[in-house]
Amino acid sequence: MQVIIEQYQALIRAAADNKTPLQIRGGGTKHFYGNAPAEQPAAFLDTTAYHGIVDYEPTELVMTARAGTRLADVEVLLTEHGQMLAFEPPHFGMAATLGGCIAAGLSGPRRAVAGAVRDFVLGLRLLDGTGKDLRFGGQVMKNVAGYDVSRLMAGALGTLGVILEVSLKVLPKPPAETTLQFSMNEAVAIERMNQWAGKPLPVSATCYVDGELFVRLSGAESTVRTAQIKLGGEVLPESEAFWQSIREQSYGFFQPGQPLWRLSVRSTAAPLVLPGKQLFEWNGGLRWLSGDDGLDAETIRQLAKDVGGHATLFRNHGSPLPVFHPLDSALMTIHRSLKQQFDPSGIFNRGRLYPDL
Amino acid sequence: MSVQTLVDQFRSFLPREAILFEAEDLRPYECDGLSAYRQLPGAVVLPQTEEQIVKILQLCHATRTPLVARGAGTGLSGGALPHAQGVLMSLAKLNKIIAIDPLARTARVQPGVRNLAISEAAALYGLYYAPDPSSQIACSIGGNVAENSGGVHCLKYGLTVHNILKLRVLTIEGECLEIGGDSLDSAGYDLLALMTGSEGMLGIVIEITVKLLPKPEKAQLVMTAFDDVLKAGNAVANVIAAGIIPAGMEMMDKITIHAVEEFLHAGYDLNAAAILLCESDGSAEEVADEIERIQAIMQQSGATGIRTSRDEAERLKLWAGRKAAFPAAGRVSPDYYCMDGTIPRKRLAEVLHGIDQLSQQYGLRCMNVFHAGDGNLHPLILYDANRPGELEKAEEFGGKILEMCIHAGGTITGEHGVGMEKINQMCIQFKTDELQIFHAVKAAFDPLGLLNPGKAVPTLHRCAELGAMHVHHGELKFADLPRF
Ligand SMILES: Cc1cc2nc3c(=O)[nH]c(=O)nc-3n(C[C@H](O)[C@H](O)[C@H](O)COP(=O)(O)OP(=O)(O)OC[C@H]3O[C@@H](n4cnc5c(N)ncnc54)[C@H](O)[C@@H]3O)c2cc1C
Repeated sequence: MQVIIEQYQALIRAAADNKTPLQIRGGGTKHFYGNAPAEQPAAFLDTTAYHGIVDYEPTELVMTARAGTRLADVEVLLTEHGQMLAFEPPHFGMAATLGGCIAAGLSGPRRAVAGAVRDFVLGLRLLDGTGKDLRFGGQVMKNVAGYDVSRLMAGALGTLGVILEVSLKVLPKPPAETTLQFSMNEAVAIERMNQWAGKPLPVSATCYVDGELFVRLSGAESTVRTAQIKLGGEVLPESEAFWQSIREQSYGFFQPGQPLWRLSVRSTAAPLVLPGKQLFEWNGGLRWLSGDDGLDAETIRQLAKDVGGHATLFRNHGSPLPVFHPLDSALMTIHRSLKQQFDPSGIFNRGRLYPDL
Repeated sequence: MSVQTLVDQFRSFLPREAILFEAEDLRPYECDGLSAYRQLPGAVVLPQTEEQIVKILQLCHATRTPLVARGAGTGLSGGALPHAQGVLMSLAKLNKIIAIDPLARTARVQPGVRNLAISEAAALYGLYYAPDPSSQIACSIGGNVAENSGGVHCLKYGLTVHNILKLRVLTIEGECLEIGGDSLDSAGYDLLALMTGSEGMLGIVIEITVKLLPKPEKAQLVMTAFDDVLKAGNAVANVIAAGIIPAGMEMMDKITIHAVEEFLHAGYDLNAAAILLCESDGSAEEVADEIERIQAIMQQSGATGIRTSRDEAERLKLWAGRKAAFPAAGRVSPDYYCMDGTIPRKRLAEVLHGIDQLSQQYGLRCMNVFHAGDGNLHPLILYDANRPGELEKAEEFGGKILEMCIHAGGTITGEHGVGMEKINQMCIQFKTDELQIFHAVKAAFDPLGLLNPGKAVPTLHRCAELGAMHVHHGELKFADLPRF
């Protein structure tokens, strides 16, 4: 495995010497996510060669694996031991890798209650833009030695370095799960989801679409049963398949070929009036917006900002619009400076997050 | 710039009582919770508004004056230790809870608000702020963010970093950064994570939006005695293997049990080699289920005694012993020195054995309290500062414990931060290249290095000097750097 790292280092050094862009690529399942590169990358760094579980001890609640490990393989192994990645990352394809999952920073239905990718990152090993082999964080739950560089990599889309290995906190899978379904309008659904989130109920996911609210309960058999009686509603028969289709965006709402916006907002924000259709997750904190025309980027971004959040053009289908919400200038200065420090020649995934990162 | 000139300039925008510069007024600020390190600052300022803070920062920036932020001063690593030529800025007067949004389950607070005050204010809505450091009646939320503080419930509910949404931060230039949002994520790099635990090195936190959680319906505690520390450690692993994440899981060793029992009469078993406190919380049915399973696991793990709290009063009484570990240490010894290493739990027995050997070697007693669920050890080294050389011995002993934690695959600090105290051990935990990245991160926010200089990240020079003394695994650390 050391040989592979040396090959990566050689690639990085060559790119840095020539100041030519180097694209980091895992399974390619999230290739659609982010801005298209300004110039064609001169070279690719394929992380899939560096794969395998490094360490997994279920009773320590920690797994360490190489970035090229398939996300599916990680989840199979965890399932065998009754555990899970509690942030339920979307795979978007069989080839998805663990490194890509961390770099993309995307989390699924359980996020609002369990936390996001970054919340489960305990440590990682990284190659920076000069090819240096670095380790931050560790394999323990609590660690405040040094700045939290590991979590900084979650969602950085590979612009700061090549993630080689990552240690994640894992959690036991809840023994019982049931999904309840309710018919109601948008405004009521938003209020209900937030009220329930403020009560000691075992709600592990929420989704609102087409006038129907879906609420997943997870936990001990007895807890789920009691909560079910308290909340009422209809039991959804195909619970697991439903949440899987939301997580992987195979549900009908996520029509392929249509621009898809992701609005991350204050969960209690009143319904956002926009053309197109919407689907909510995370108690209303995540609002997907799908529609072909009539969607104006400026309007969407302003609306999201007004309710404490931001908007991402999640699937842009070749549109030239910038994908991510513009940062104010003080924050952008910090971003540029961090990029400069981690990747002084600006080789990694140039432009994928913001034009000059 | 001389202190007098600085003070004169402060007077143009701060009220008189908000500027301290006489030695007797500075004295209360000379140390934080780690009283072995003391230093008087040039001056102390106690601003009350954001506008005043901006001006203080701008003045320090313009005059190249070092600035150290201070919350409640309960830190245990010398993080808020003043700088001799610098200004110490207390944020204690910014102590307002600005707003609570019960439906969104958030509270917007100023940095000087006490940790517990947030939960007290949120109780009205059946909500609370989860991270609960033992110092929660005193420590400030700003300090919690700066240290990424945890508490006994953090295995289940997370650390500070998991429980905050947004920060307003002022840079040393006085510029305001809005980091995070009212949403669960924000655009760009995760600066919220970077700021959390940054020990006042990157910016001054002036407002925090925290998440609030619904109060669990019920909580119950199982106290188990073991005749062997190893068995207690295995019991912890067995609970987790059964798919249970307890709300809290704390271990105490024999000497702690005795110190605490003498002090509080909590009803601990004095014959036990270790006591494990394991808490379950949630709905009434869930707790009943879980408690039954925990009792069975403890039994199978070789418990010599099991006691389950029957009511809230008993639960609190059993916890009181654990929470009194520090004051109890203070009663059995004139001074104690609290360490904060984290290790993979499976290495517990070995590390405790090592601590025991060191204890004999240094001739100093050591109590062990342990956040067993997440592997965070708090050895309390007992010493007497009035005996010449004993503090130095305690420090050396502590340093050895931290090195042992690193070798066991752990870290030198789980929640108290590096501060001034663990700066040397940073050289052992990290390589030159990694420390260089930390310096680079610092430079991205504070290129002149005016915020809390000398803390958290050692200079490479310092490590090189130390490396000359420490030879590790037969290899010289920082061999690539010149020796001075
Ligand atoms: C008896 C006792 C028990 C403790 N138990 C625990 C525990 O269970 N868990 C735990 O994690 N810790 C514990 N601690 C340690 C301590 O309470 C925490 O580290 C706490 O977060 C410090 O808060 P403070 O307000 O006292 O900060 P201070 O000590 O004043 O400062 C700590 C650091 O934060 C910086 N800082 C403070 N405010 C700001 C701000 N607004 N912006 C930027 N930087 C700032 C300071 O410069 C310094 O580096 C305990 C301490 C004591 C004395």
